Amino acid sequence: MDLCVEAIIANVDMVTDFVNEQVKRMGGSRRAIAQIDVALDEIFSNICNYAYGNDVGDVTVRVCDVADQNSICITLEDKGIPFDPLSREDPDTSLGLHERGIGGLGIYMAKQIMDDVRYEHRDGFNMLTVVKSL
Amino acid sequence: MQITKTLDGSTLTMRLSGQLNTTTADKLSDEIASSCDGVTDIVLDLEDLTYISSAGLRVILTAQKALRGKGSLVIRNASPEIYAVFDMTGFIDFLTIEQ
Repeated sequence: MDLCVEAIIANVDMVTDFVNEQVKRMGGSRRAIAQIDVALDEIFSNICNYAYGNDVGDVTVRVCDVADQNSICITLEDKGIPFDPLSREDPDTSLGLHERGIGGLGIYMAKQIMDDVRYEHRDGFNMLTVVKSL
Repeated sequence: MQITKTLDGSTLTMRLSGQLNTTTADKLSDEIASSCDGVTDIVLDLEDLTYISSAGLRVILTAQKALRGKGSLVIRNASPEIYAVFDMTGFIDFLTIEQ
């Protein structure tokens, strides 16, 4: 099942609502939904902020089948500037209050919360896929 | 996200419900900034918050830095899912979290 929306921050709720509906239908827990929402928020807002520069483009959210019936697989696709967000070094989470910035924390959180996060650039699309057991 | 504010002396309690995410973080930031007169301590009650993203963490970090040395910021009633976000990001090292 697919959802195609403009890559603007205001659409993040449409993305999480769309995926949450599938997660609930699959019997996902409240905990799994909360964690998936965090990951989607981070990935979608990353695309909105960086993928298309000053232009506006689309994001397609795809819920795919996985062999393991107790997992959900979600792919976010954009046709923006090729960029692998997973290539960035993880932030140092041991830094104290005053040394602390917030850069890179979003994707780091998504990597921590999801069972698998992978990126590929194919046919002109950035494709970021997350897998989460329910 | 809904924010319910209660002022008790110089302590401002903000009860958040819904999602503290990329679309709502600015609202909390504005509410904190506009509430600073006479307030030294801020309590964020997260009992009804369903999730927090890095945009929400950014607001909490900014508030914590602003209040340091002048007052306090206390996080209260975080769910296990939200506590896990504070934990994995190292925020538990400098936040005051009361259950």
